[in-house]
Amino acid sequence: MQNNNNKIKFLVPLVSVLLGLLIGGIIMLVSDYDPFEAYVALFQGIIGGPYFIGETIRQMSPLILAGLAVAFAFRTGLFNIGVEGQLLVGWLASVYVGVFVDAPAIIHIPLAILAAGVAGALWGAIPGILKAKFKVHEVITTIMMNYIALYSTNEIIRQFMLAPGERTKTIKETASLSSPFLQKITDYSTLHYGIIVALIAAVIMWFILWRTTLGFELRAVGFNQHASQYAGINVSKNIVLSMAISGVFAGIAGSMEGLGTYQYMTINAAFTGVGFDGIAVALLGANSAIGVVLGAALFGGLKIGALNMQSIAGVPTELVGVVIALIIFFVACSYIVHWLMNRVNKGGKI
Amino acid sequence: MEYVIEMRNIRKEFPGIVANDDITLQVKKGEIHALLGENGAGKSTLMNVLFGLYEPEEGEIYVKGNKVVNNDPNIANSLGIGMVHQHFMLVDKFTVTENIILGKEPTKSGKVDLKSAAKEVQALSDQYGLRVDPYAKVEDISVGMQQRVEILKTLYRGAEILIFDEPTAVLTPQEIVELIQIMKKLVSEGKSIILITHKLKEIIEVCDRCTVIRRGKGIGTVDVKDSNPDSLAAMMVGREVNFTVAKGIADPKESVLTIKDLVVLDSRKVPAVNGLNLNIRAGEIVGIAGVDGNGQSELLEAITGLRKISEGSIHLRDSDITNKTPRNVTRTGLAHIPQDRHKHGLVLDFSVGENMVLQTYYEKPFSNNGILKFSPIFEKANKLITEYDVRTPDAHTPARALSGGNQQKAIIAREVDRDPDFLIAAQPTRGLDVGAIEFIHSKLIEQRDKGKAVLLVSFELDEIMNVSDKIAVMYEGRIVAEVDPKQTTEQELGLLMAGGKRGTADAE
Repeated sequence: MQNNNNKIKFLVPLVSVLLGLLIGGIIMLVSDYDPFEAYVALFQGIIGGPYFIGETIRQMSPLILAGLAVAFAFRTGLFNIGVEGQLLVGWLASVYVGVFVDAPAIIHIPLAILAAGVAGALWGAIPGILKAKFKVHEVITTIMMNYIALYSTNEIIRQFMLAPGERTKTIKETASLSSPFLQKITDYSTLHYGIIVALIAAVIMWFILWRTTLGFELRAVGFNQHASQYAGINVSKNIVLSMAISGVFAGIAGSMEGLGTYQYMTINAAFTGVGFDGIAVALLGANSAIGVVLGAALFGGLKIGALNMQSIAGVPTELVGVVIALIIFFVACSYIVHWLMNRVNKGGKI
Repeated sequence: MEYVIEMRNIRKEFPGIVANDDITLQVKKGEIHALLGENGAGKSTLMNVLFGLYEPEEGEIYVKGNKVVNNDPNIANSLGIGMVHQHFMLVDKFTVTENIILGKEPTKSGKVDLKSAAKEVQALSDQYGLRVDPYAKVEDISVGMQQRVEILKTLYRGAEILIFDEPTAVLTPQEIVELIQIMKKLVSEGKSIILITHKLKEIIEVCDRCTVIRRGKGIGTVDVKDSNPDSLAAMMVGREVNFTVAKGIADPKESVLTIKDLVVLDSRKVPAVNGLNLNIRAGEIVGIAGVDGNGQSELLEAITGLRKISEGSIHLRDSDITNKTPRNVTRTGLAHIPQDRHKHGLVLDFSVGENMVLQTYYEKPFSNNGILKFSPIFEKANKLITEYDVRTPDAHTPARALSGGNQQKAIIAREVDRDPDFLIAAQPTRGLDVGAIEFIHSKLIEQRDKGKAVLLVSFELDEIMNVSDKIAVMYEGRIVAEVDPKQTTEQELGLLMAGGKRGTADAE
């Protein structure tokens, strides 16, 4: 029974991916593109050579962290839509430390990442406190906090950190996550050390949830607040804590951009979208640490591969957006996948 | 002899188990037929087969003498079979009438004709003596009235045969009396009733015949007038059952729990507990008798730290536990078997093992510096599972997968094992079968004999009278009388619970 459930948990995303690719292919066919050529180009763009692999992994890092943020809150029964905002403040905090602090790399990098985590935690804790104290729904407040984060970070950059090109100055080399070594072995992609930070974060997320008393409390509150209260668990405290920890992951996701990919922060005209992709990644990964890593790999891969698909096969990147949307659609209504698998199973027996 | 319902040699298998094995059920027109069995004996499966939710592997179903193939609840409805579910299937925000017509709405030029529907509902309720207000919202009416709405739903759909699934489980003693009258009225109007239950007293009181099933097998059908609770229980369980709880005389010692002038407000800020005094000593079981809604829940929540106390004080031995946090109270020496095991007692999605340490996970040896230690946790869980006979595949199974009786046993194992001075048992046997009830009562008495103080809250007068050493009657937020269970009667308790004064019993 338990085994079977685990199998299904694993199969649903897999079947969803296949269905998404299949229907995406049909749409290409109807739109007069060659789906085979497109998918070959797509997959080459993901794993066809060291450069593409490097780009895919680089794209994964913030997605993993954003996915972990959503998944962590979700385990406590909270829906953190505010990962985007927490990511932006984390990005700014890491760049601030990267630009204005002088320290050797061994201190500077952790300090900048820590700053990003703290900023994200504070930004996440505000909706947590509002929920615990005044029962304001976190979905509303986190969405609002996203806008506050977007315009506040822009304004702070304009007022205090502006450099030519509508952005901040570049961070000092001692705070940078970029790695000439990683770039060299990946044919000069933009790969940086951020992936290590992201993978460590995934292990930490798993450890907190499943191996600590804190995780026990958070999960208990997520499943049943009444029973948790009865058992003497402080539900309000756990709600705030869960949002804060979720914010730490989101904030560090921001530092991936600030210390790794860009080395500065631009004035953003709109949201980066990474925070929202995190919701999909968490959904795809069934809110587990390993699932989030795999989900981020898929998402990162498709996004990077789409570029190659456009240049080689002439298929617009938007079609990959359609495929991604289809995959999320099928995971979300896993009922269809269950039904389909039952049909296949029964058919096999007869 | 023609039967209105005849199920012949029904067999229904699920992967790994045979839920119904060669069961025959024959219901005569105009009778109340009991279907008796322990939790998990296969009563619900059999009724779901009749209702068209499951298709049986073997066996035949006849309705009014005609063989039917019934594989859809809609067919069951058209055959005149209606089910009154234990957990009501009502829309809270809808009125009584809207709920009753839901799915079969009368329309007038495309709009729902609520006026004539309400009239029809009123006519039906008058005919069968089912007092309801057609315009009241379901969320505003009592549980008893909600059940009458469920009954009206089946009648509105033209049901001739009504299945009642454990209908008294949620009702107060008064409401049970009312329901019994309604059932008698229904059969006198020509309906037939199948009553699913494991309460023997009810069978003796209202049923004509009784079919017993045990572990999926049909044991037999008996005329109720030729049987008694002992013989029925023996048929159901397969052995003799002890009804009178075996216990010695209580030997109460020093005070453990002292409640003084307690005032607790309910969610609407109205005093639900209003100047309550109560004293419970080591080595005695105090039972609180009272009609639901007289402040029992608020009293328990106040003691356990889940609700704020506005006035008065509570002491557990020498510690003041007034307005302390739940964890604080628990650590002072309280164990609590809560009233609602799904809402408060268990995290249903946690494993049995995790639930076993729900109160102690933060203590050694189950964790160390905030890191959980799984081998001591599951060692403990396995020990408790064996000791308290919790039937579960293993300690890693989610609590949700256990039957109600085994879930309750798991809670009792967790609470009693911590060995606290004071144990609260709120409705500890609700919805359980006689075997499990026997076990739970013996555990409560065992605790008493070990010198613990036990507070029992129950709406089953039998339970209160059998298990308690002292009965405190609660009415409108106060203890209005303390009586000795050996020197009182159900009538006297009923009177006190309704707010009457002690009279006759004192004079005796």
